Amino acid sequence: MNMKVNLCGVEFKNPVTVASGTFGSGSEFSEYTDLNKLGAVTTKGVANVPWAGNPTPRVCETYGGMLNAVGLQNPGIDVFIERDIPFLKQFDTRIIVNVCGRSIDDYVDVVSRLSDSDVDMLEINVSCPNVKEGGIAFGQNPDALLEITKAVKKAANKPIIMKLSPNVTDITEMAKAAEAGGADCLSLINTLTGMKIDINRRTFALANKTGGLSGPAIKPVAVRMVYQVKNAVNIPIIGMGGILTAEDAIEFMMAGATMVSVGTANFHDPGVTEKIVDGMEVFCKTHGINDINDIIGCVK
Amino acid sequence: MSEKKRVGVLFQEEIGTDIYRLVLDAKSIAKEALAGQFVMVYPDGESTLLPRPISICEADPETGRLTLVYRVVGKGTTEFSGLKAGMEIDIAGPLGNGFPLLSKKAILIGGGIGIPPMLELSKRLDCDKTVVLGYRDEIFLNEEFKPYADVVIASEDGKTGTKGTVIDAIKAQGVTGDVIYACGPMPMLRAIKAYADEHGIEAYISLEERMACGIGACLGCVVKTKEKDHHSHVDNARICKEGPVFDAKEVLI
Repeated sequence: MNMKVNLCGVEFKNPVTVASGTFGSGSEFSEYTDLNKLGAVTTKGVANVPWAGNPTPRVCETYGGMLNAVGLQNPGIDVFIERDIPFLKQFDTRIIVNVCGRSIDDYVDVVSRLSDSDVDMLEINVSCPNVKEGGIAFGQNPDALLEITKAVKKAANKPIIMKLSPNVTDITEMAKAAEAGGADCLSLINTLTGMKIDINRRTFALANKTGGLSGPAIKPVAVRMVYQVKNAVNIPIIGMGGILTAEDAIEFMMAGATMVSVGTANFHDPGVTEKIVDGMEVFCKTHGINDINDIIGCVK
Repeated sequence: MSEKKRVGVLFQEEIGTDIYRLVLDAKSIAKEALAGQFVMVYPDGESTLLPRPISICEADPETGRLTLVYRVVGKGTTEFSGLKAGMEIDIAGPLGNGFPLLSKKAILIGGGIGIPPMLELSKRLDCDKTVVLGYRDEIFLNEEFKPYADVVIASEDGKTGTKGTVIDAIKAQGVTGDVIYACGPMPMLRAIKAYADEHGIEAYISLEERMACGIGACLGCVVKTKEKDHHSHVDNARICKEGPVFDAKEVLI
């Protein structure tokens, strides 16, 4: 039985990676799960300089999920290259680096700095709802998305994944803009903007007032968007949004995803990723699927 | 290697209004645990996904008993309050850093649901020490300290001990020491930091913040620090990893 998938010429041992921001750079989770079992580790967003992120509280639980407004705190690309890449190279897994910035120049700077690094793909975060500048500003306007995709592609010597926001009227319009800009792959969905109010204290649950909603509560929205995008563009998709189980992962692949990312579920069970990998194999065996690639976009 | 483990419940009892004592059979965790560390306790349901950080109240390396004392405040803790002997629960730990065990005359201060970690600390500190416990009204988990230390109580309603805060009790009852260990609500910790500064004594405080992972990955639970730390490079220490115990001088609260 084949569990290998191929994205833009890069082969992955299985279709499971993690959603950026939920897994750090893997070191904390390496005590709880075997990173060698993952198709790839997708790292937390990294910018050209350190970012302090938002004030606390940054996270809160909601029904069937959570809100976060961490605000892309990161130590900057220098520390990342020196500390995090060598750590991940100890494992037999692919490395997808998530890149964030406040301006096109910021993104290009990080992408250029990564040209000499031994990483496999770059995921461009143009969809973080929790920072005022950059991020979402590019992810909600097709012209801006086209422009930044072109700029990043020009600077990069590795396949580029554009990470799309669900906080738009028509996600296929954004997917097409990224494809037109030369994106090699798309990942979706980032979190949905939400809000929670602490009614006892008459205040917002998060210091940032709004945060990104993730977890199983958003899964049906994510599956629908993956299906829509699959039918709108000709580049592969990494699907994510509320995956808790192997069955959820299979659902995303049937909707059209070539790979899947596990996010919030890592908090519920730090060992969940390898269980999902094993569970997907069991599903394939049980259903007589000889090649996992056969189910990608199988629902028409 | 830490792991998420399924452990057995030995017993659970309500020791105050909405305050529960949960005793678990958690051999490896109880063996390794230090006073001031915490565990993540995982709810079972799909509507409650995030684990809850709960401080370790007692950890007996001999018997493998791990005691948690917590307050029911929401869905997760409501779920935990239904645990009975013979049932099982997933936990991960011990997590974070404990209190340093200094050989100096110590004042241990616990406020409300910050009292539990002080119990294990009072057992492990082999020095002259006084425990100061602060309550809003109803008192709990105070008798347990008596075999290990002198106990001074403050209550906001004045029904038990000194009326007022833990600082009021320290002043009123002439408590002195060369190091403070504290856990409790933020206003209390701010007052202790100021008190320690003013009196030129060391203080170690245990902080709390909303967390998602509890293992240092999500960056949900940070606190501003005086110096840049080795991990964040932006003077934001992770309470779950670099903490929860910090030298009061190092954090900006």
